[in-house]
Amino acid sequence: MSSTHIGWAGLAASLVLVAVAVGLSGWQRLHLSRSILWACARAAVQLFIVGWALKLVLDPSASVAWAWLWVAVMVVFSGITIRNRAPEVPGILGLGTLAMLTVVAISLSVILGFGMFPVEGRTIVPLAGMMIGNSMTASVLVGRRIVGELSDKRDEIEARLALGHSWPDAARPYVRSALRTGLVPQIESTKAVGLVFLPGAMTGLVLAGVDASDAVSIQLAIMYLILGSVATSITVIGLGLTRKLFTPDHRLRRLTRVVA
Amino acid sequence: MLGFEAVHVTSDDGATLLRGVDVTVCPGRVTVLAGPSGAGKSTLLRVGNRLEVPSGGVVRFHGTDTGTLDPRELRRRVGMVFQKPVVFGGTVRDNLRVADADADDAALGAELERAGLDPALLDRVADDLSGGEAQRVCIARALLTRPEVLLMDEPTSALDPENRRGIEVLGRELAAEGLGILWVTHDLAQARRLGDEVVVLVDGRNADPDEAARYLASGDRKDEP
Repeated sequence: MSSTHIGWAGLAASLVLVAVAVGLSGWQRLHLSRSILWACARAAVQLFIVGWALKLVLDPSASVAWAWLWVAVMVVFSGITIRNRAPEVPGILGLGTLAMLTVVAISLSVILGFGMFPVEGRTIVPLAGMMIGNSMTASVLVGRRIVGELSDKRDEIEARLALGHSWPDAARPYVRSALRTGLVPQIESTKAVGLVFLPGAMTGLVLAGVDASDAVSIQLAIMYLILGSVATSITVIGLGLTRKLFTPDHRLRRLTRVVA
Repeated sequence: MLGFEAVHVTSDDGATLLRGVDVTVCPGRVTVLAGPSGAGKSTLLRVGNRLEVPSGGVVRFHGTDTGTLDPRELRRRVGMVFQKPVVFGGTVRDNLRVADADADDAALGAELERAGLDPALLDRVADDLSGGEAQRVCIARALLTRPEVLLMDEPTSALDPENRRGIEVLGRELAAEGLGILWVTHDLAQARRLGDEVVVLVDGRNADPDEAARYLASGDRKDEP
């Protein structure tokens, strides 16, 4: 593992590239130097705090309950993050949290239930983090897209309702289009993996000295799980949000569209 | 057949859109709803199709409060044609099947003919239709649900004079077949040509007789786009 220990000197060396970014910003008068320095400092503080806390959670002698608590906190914060990124989507805080909870429950049940990884803090926390991280982005995209579609296509949806369609039937073509928008990027990145980029987990494993074929199989399993997690989360968001946007007597509620 | 009794509507932001409107639609008759912009005509039509819910008063269909009916069933019996023709992607056939997924080409063609269109139009891409054709396809689509009442929200406002007259004739023919028609217009000449009865709305209420007479005598107004 000594090959992955970069030490303080190595970390300081990586700041050379930050200096390059600041230099480019100054040269091109992008006025981003302060933002770059602030982002780097903030990332360092955040990661050191997380690293310190992770050390406690990942300690083999620590109770696995701490890891589950960590996951619970991640679920709550991901719900809040989704709400902050898509404030115009009604009820997104509850729905987003429910979607992340569903993702964690299903993915960890598969991972741990089939014995892919041992039930330990060092497996539960990073795996849940990866599932939540990817699903969160897709959930924000789909939530905003559904509100946008139903708002833009109000005439068409009301024409369908006026013909006697139920709200799920009237909304289906537009919700389907929004769900595709959320899932297609994940499908594309799954297709391009290895050819275009080496995913983070695999890169980390290889850097840590794990055999490449082991790294590949772990990465593949994670990618499949992420794909399933994204599909699960956007389905929860799609079904739940559409129900919220219609009244029980099949009318489309007034929607506020905020253009990003 | 369809009666609006003292209907009030308040918007989400608290504005009063309708304040006690009474209108009755009878089978075989065209009731024209006229009035200036913002009088609440379109809102009343949406209440009839239950796309809006009244905050007061009652709407009755064959004597039954529509609030107690399944809105999906009500909407198939009280059809609606919108001001701007709404056509979906695909062919005319695809558009008609939104109203009746099981209808065969013979049934769809018959409905197109009833709306004054050639049944050969079934294969036409709906986006390629002219404004008049698109509005007739929308009427054919509404007729496929076998409505007893047709609510028509300024159905000719986006059309040229020839198509406008054609849709008016179609409206009269449908009334002659026994449908009750509630037709919204700004066009006073059209109101006189078309209506068995003309109801004037002003500021969200029925105009009193003098007000209505003054409004109808105020001169021909062309449809506002």
